[in-house]
Amino acid sequence: MPGKLKVKIVAGRHLPVMDRASDLTDAFVEVKFGNTTFKTDVYLKSLNPQWNSEWFKFEVDDEDLQDEPLQITVLDHDTYSANDAIGKVYIDIDPLLYSEAATVISGWFPIYDTIHGIRGEINVVVKVDLFNDLNRFRQSSCGVKFFCTTSIPKCYRAVIIHGFVEELVVNEDPEYQWIDRIRTPRASNEARQRLISLMSGELQRKIGLKVLEMRGNAVVGYLQCFDLEGESGLVVRAIGTACTLDKLSSPAAFLPACNSPSKDMKEIPFNEDPNPNTHSSGPSTPLKNQTYSFSPSKSYSRQSSSSDTDLSLTPKTGMGSGSAGKEGGPFKALLRQQTQSALEQREFPFFTLTAFPPGFLVHVGGVVSARSVKLLDRIHNPDEPETRDAWWAEIRQEIKSHAKALGCHAVVGYSESTSICEEVCILSASGTAAVLNPRFLQDGTVESCLEQRLEENLPAGCGFCHIPYDELNMPFPAHLTYCYNCRKQKVPDVLFTTIDLPIDATVIGKGCLIQARLCRLKKKAQAEANATAISNLLPFMEYEVHTQLMNKLKLKGMNALFGLRIQITVGENMLMGLASATGVYLAALPTPGGIQIAGKTPNDGSYEQHVSHMQKKINDTIAKNKELYEINPPEISEEIIGSPIPEPRQRSRLLRSQSESSDEVTELDLSHGKKDAFVLEIDDTDAMEDVHSLLTDVPPPSGFYSCNTEIMPGINNWTSEIQMFTSVRVIRLSSLNLTNQALNKNFNDLCENLLKVTVTAVAITFDKNQALQTTKTQVEKSLQRASTDNEELLQFPLELCSDSLPSHPFPPAKEHLESASSNSGIPAAQRATSVDYSSFADRCSSWIELIKLKAQTIRRGSIKTTVTVEKASPMSEGNFRNRSAPPCANSTVGVVKMTPLSFIPGAKITKYLGIINMFFIRETTSLREEGGVSGFLHAFVAEVFAMVRAHVAALGGNAVVSYIMKQCVFMENPNKNQAQCLINVSGDAVIFVRESELEVVSSQPPTANCQSSCPGGDVTT
Amino acid sequence: MTNELDIFVGNTTLIDEDVYRLWLDGYSVNDAVALRVRSGILEQTGATAAVLQSDTMDHYRTFHMLERLLHAPPKLLHQLIFQIPPSRQALLIERYYAFDEAFVREVLGKKLSKGTKKDLDDISTKTGITLKSCRRQFDNFKRVFKVVEEMRGSLVDNIQQHFLLSDRLARDYAAIVFFANNRFETGKKKLQYLSFGDFAFCAELMIQNWTLGAVGEAPTDPDSQVDDMDVDLDKEFLQDLKELKVLVADKDLLDLHKSLVCTALRGKLGVFSEMEANFKNLSRGLVNVAAKLTHNKDVRDLFVDLVEKFVEPCRSDHWPLNDVRLFLNQYSASVHSLDGFRHQALWDRYMGTLRGCLLRLYHD
Repeated sequence: MPGKLKVKIVAGRHLPVMDRASDLTDAFVEVKFGNTTFKTDVYLKSLNPQWNSEWFKFEVDDEDLQDEPLQITVLDHDTYSANDAIGKVYIDIDPLLYSEAATVISGWFPIYDTIHGIRGEINVVVKVDLFNDLNRFRQSSCGVKFFCTTSIPKCYRAVIIHGFVEELVVNEDPEYQWIDRIRTPRASNEARQRLISLMSGELQRKIGLKVLEMRGNAVVGYLQCFDLEGESGLVVRAIGTACTLDKLSSPAAFLPACNSPSKDMKEIPFNEDPNPNTHSSGPSTPLKNQTYSFSPSKSYSRQSSSSDTDLSLTPKTGMGSGSAGKEGGPFKALLRQQTQSALEQREFPFFTLTAFPPGFLVHVGGVVSARSVKLLDRIHNPDEPETRDAWWAEIRQEIKSHAKALGCHAVVGYSESTSICEEVCILSASGTAAVLNPRFLQDGTVESCLEQRLEENLPAGCGFCHIPYDELNMPFPAHLTYCYNCRKQKVPDVLFTTIDLPIDATVIGKGCLIQARLCRLKKKAQAEANATAISNLLPFMEYEVHTQLMNKLKLKGMNALFGLRIQITVGENMLMGLASATGVYLAALPTPGGIQIAGKTPNDGSYEQHVSHMQKKINDTIAKNKELYEINPPEISEEIIGSPIPEPRQRSRLLRSQSESSDEVTELDLSHGKKDAFVLEIDDTDAMEDVHSLLTDVPPPSGFYSCNTEIMPGINNWTSEIQMFTSVRVIRLSSLNLTNQALNKNFNDLCENLLKVTVTAVAITFDKNQALQTTKTQVEKSLQRASTDNEELLQFPLELCSDSLPSHPFPPAKEHLESASSNSGIPAAQRATSVDYSSFADRCSSWIELIKLKAQTIRRGSIKTTVTVEKASPMSEGNFRNRSAPPCANSTVGVVKMTPLSFIPGAKITKYLGIINMFFIRETTSLREEGGVSGFLHAFVAEVFAMVRAHVAALGGNAVVSYIMKQCVFMENPNKNQAQCLINVSGDAVIFVRESELEVVSSQPPTANCQSSCPGGDVTT
Repeated sequence: MTNELDIFVGNTTLIDEDVYRLWLDGYSVNDAVALRVRSGILEQTGATAAVLQSDTMDHYRTFHMLERLLHAPPKLLHQLIFQIPPSRQALLIERYYAFDEAFVREVLGKKLSKGTKKDLDDISTKTGITLKSCRRQFDNFKRVFKVVEEMRGSLVDNIQQHFLLSDRLARDYAAIVFFANNRFETGKKKLQYLSFGDFAFCAELMIQNWTLGAVGEAPTDPDSQVDDMDVDLDKEFLQDLKELKVLVADKDLLDLHKSLVCTALRGKLGVFSEMEANFKNLSRGLVNVAAKLTHNKDVRDLFVDLVEKFVEPCRSDHWPLNDVRLFLNQYSASVHSLDGFRHQALWDRYMGTLRGCLLRLYHD
């Protein structure tokens, strides 16, 4: 169905000088959408042109509206020669396509050029008139909301969580087309940016269609990735979780009083039929009834959930859960089986969510993961991306079977990733096997779920730890004890998961970031041989990573890992593994045992001594960590529990099996069984190193905490000022004489270093400001605070480049230099230096590591300061504003916050404005002049931030949540003074209101809220 | 331990004031790191030198990128690349345009040209301010000068509007621009005892009283070709000052003036006899300075002349400041009682400013 896109070009400012003679610019603007182009008049001789154009109107299909970006090009008019491009702005108009979000995009956008970076700004107004067609969501998927956030967005309520959606589109990479040999780098970059923009638009539309088929209205946990496969093409793939969301107009609407109206609303989100009478007619179009057969049951659920008695509700929904036409048995006992069968009917019972509505998660089995090594071949037909689809299908199937082996019917916290080096590609998928509460899958309100939970007598805070599998028929050897919390169900002794810590989980002490790092050399090989070598190495890497994680967890005295992400990356002659997770002590799980060290040669006295010394050191560390993270589990006498708390003697045996319970259920299990994970045998220097590496993890400065989950376990006093940052490091390393061991150590140091950098960089700023605080007057105090609290939140993509040298002609001297630097403790990877510019991809395998690191800097003593200042702040801040007003009053730039979290501490998100998904390429041919690689990338990252902020501000938002830099590929050629970088970022644009200001905003009566959230039938809510 | 690529970019650009100062002072990254280490920051934070190095590098890169914007401060306010809280923006600008007393004394009144820029090496050696910092300060002066030189309206307001400086700093820049435009000599040995503040004070008085803007001519005559009302001295006024010569040329008038002043001050001045003896010299000096101002060369030497003809003679006789004040007040006021003198208004315009300047210049 068509829509009308209207664009107005208002003005420009700070344009670059394009005419050297006059030091001015004759600028005009081309506005392009699809194949239609409009132009503004030329505004002569000005760096701040006022075009004030008419409304340019594009009449287009909404399919195009979804796929195409609006393309605005600013040019300098030249009478005699070709017009020079100043730069471009791409605007994704998707947020305008659902009425709930932004209604207009209006604001200043940085004009971006892939060679020169940001060159001035342009003020644009964009509107969309979607024709009010009842059928308008049939052909395209306008109106489906997308969220990057991996939990139910804050101002919505999940009515149904439908399940996994995935899509994948492929194309040729413009960088590798023949035409690239003759066109300019700028043209090539722009072609690439445009193509990726188009592809992600198409991808979103296709995913939206699937969601509509499932009768959902939103995608949560939307994760889109690019695989730059080089010669063989470009793959854009995305996964997400389809949901039906209900907007919560205010916290009050959540109350039961508002229940019935909100039930009626449920049909509205689909917007399939404005007529309320047809809602029970089930499938009204052929589109609806496909593989996702459970959706027709919705009509039942609607009725049942609006009824008042929750008991009657259960069987009814049970019926509902029986799929498509089949009437499920009305017995509650069958419920689980039914939902399981319902889930099994889905191709993949996966959920990309990592945090869930209360009651959704019943049991957690453990981490499941699967990897596969593939050889890339050219994608011959972009319209049929079957091979890639098949690859992923294979992996997902494997994950599914792993989950099943764990007695789980679903996988939560699911994610997929790739690592590509030349023509070898490692596909990885991982998630957490879990048993879910069926309510949410078919229907169900939060209330009914809570009811049901009570019915099943699942005590809050430990239910999810209970094993989902049969005790007598365990999928792997694991040691079980009775839950320390409820003493009724069995729990494993260690739990690894990829999800966030459930809100209701009982945690003792604080959590901390735990990382396992690993580096392995591999022979340089081609194609098949290479792939074989990699797949042979993979299991060992997984095993080692796992052992490291387990040891470090023990060392911290903790018993569960959340938010686990294992990344294995391939380079030309190296494999790297990095696992990050947040360790916590779950009250429900047993106290972890210590780590025993056993010497291989017991006769040697000095050796013995050494071993016992080591043992002592380890024990000390554990004790210290326990104190540091305040882990003081209440002493429970064994008689009360009556459960097999192991005797000291048994402990070591128990330790042995611990790893299994949490293990990825892969082939690796076998190897695990043979080796004892917690009795470390020092039989050679290698093992020695291992133990050393355990102990070399430097504890962060006191008062500094880091984790990679949404919530910092054990710490609740967040301050509201947050600062997100990106840190990128590349370090070269010669691998000439490096052993696995040395590499490991180096790599370890690198990660450690990076952590330290952030930690101390934060500390530096923090300390300074604190010192100032004590000396300054009241007014300035609050001012200082504003800047102090800025650095709570750390995200850093850490780029590790591994590439090899032998084929590249390094001058020998240089080689030495490089290895010297590696010896001095700075590690990492090495890269070739002399390669032709046009074949960037040939030489570079760089990748980004994403460690979502959220840290909190609360220094002892500063908490008090913060509190006192807070009291004084409203007035003093006001004072300050007045004071600074004269010089800066005319600043037009609003502040936009960015955070990798899904929320903003101390603030409430009032509106989601749409997804931000941007892709930029920056290239330079004057690398030295721009300050070398660091200067180049620093400027680029700052520009990317600026463009994200500008788009959010133009949508009317003031923050980006769930921000993530998904890709950052950096390539350089210092000999030619050139460099190129690709960055892909995404997040959710939101409006937030500080909680202090909130009272004013939410003062409307709740009834009014209900009214306003249930508008007439023709719009999405 | 240098890494090939090592960046740390925050969404909100945080400015470390100490590092900013080091950067402004023209220290290289390594020097800055060394200075920071000496400040004991490593011990305070438990950071390593490598971290400090990379932190300093990050800041330097940011400052380098900001510098372009700082050249046109309103751009800094509107730019989108760096998200900086307004208070920090103001700080960035204010610090960037701040200058060293020692440096400004060297450059004050000199033509802000390439030639002077070449001398910065010497100034740097002489003052101990790094060449980089000298360049920045010099370029700031020149930039402000270029922008406001041709502009109508109040000099201070123009500077404030285009560079968003604080009132205090804008006034200082007005003085610098005024001095540079009129090329007042300030470097002579005789004048070394004067501070920038002394000159800035005089400049402000002169801008207020001796320029075209001062007489409020512009509003009544918008078509006039006079563009830089606050920057140039009122030519007509300078021409008219010749008329004052009669005060010393006419012997009767001079005697009458002297007797009026002496009568009034008798018994009130500690240095009465010296005053009486020197009156004619002093008066001749002051009036001759006025009469000579038609020549550009003499305008430039204004301060030299004032110090030579008035400050030094008084100082050698050890006049207390208060006596100078009493004398100057009486000296200017008595002219009103001279019946044969017709240029009272002109005299007041001249002497009113000069009196203020002289009092400021009169110190050790």
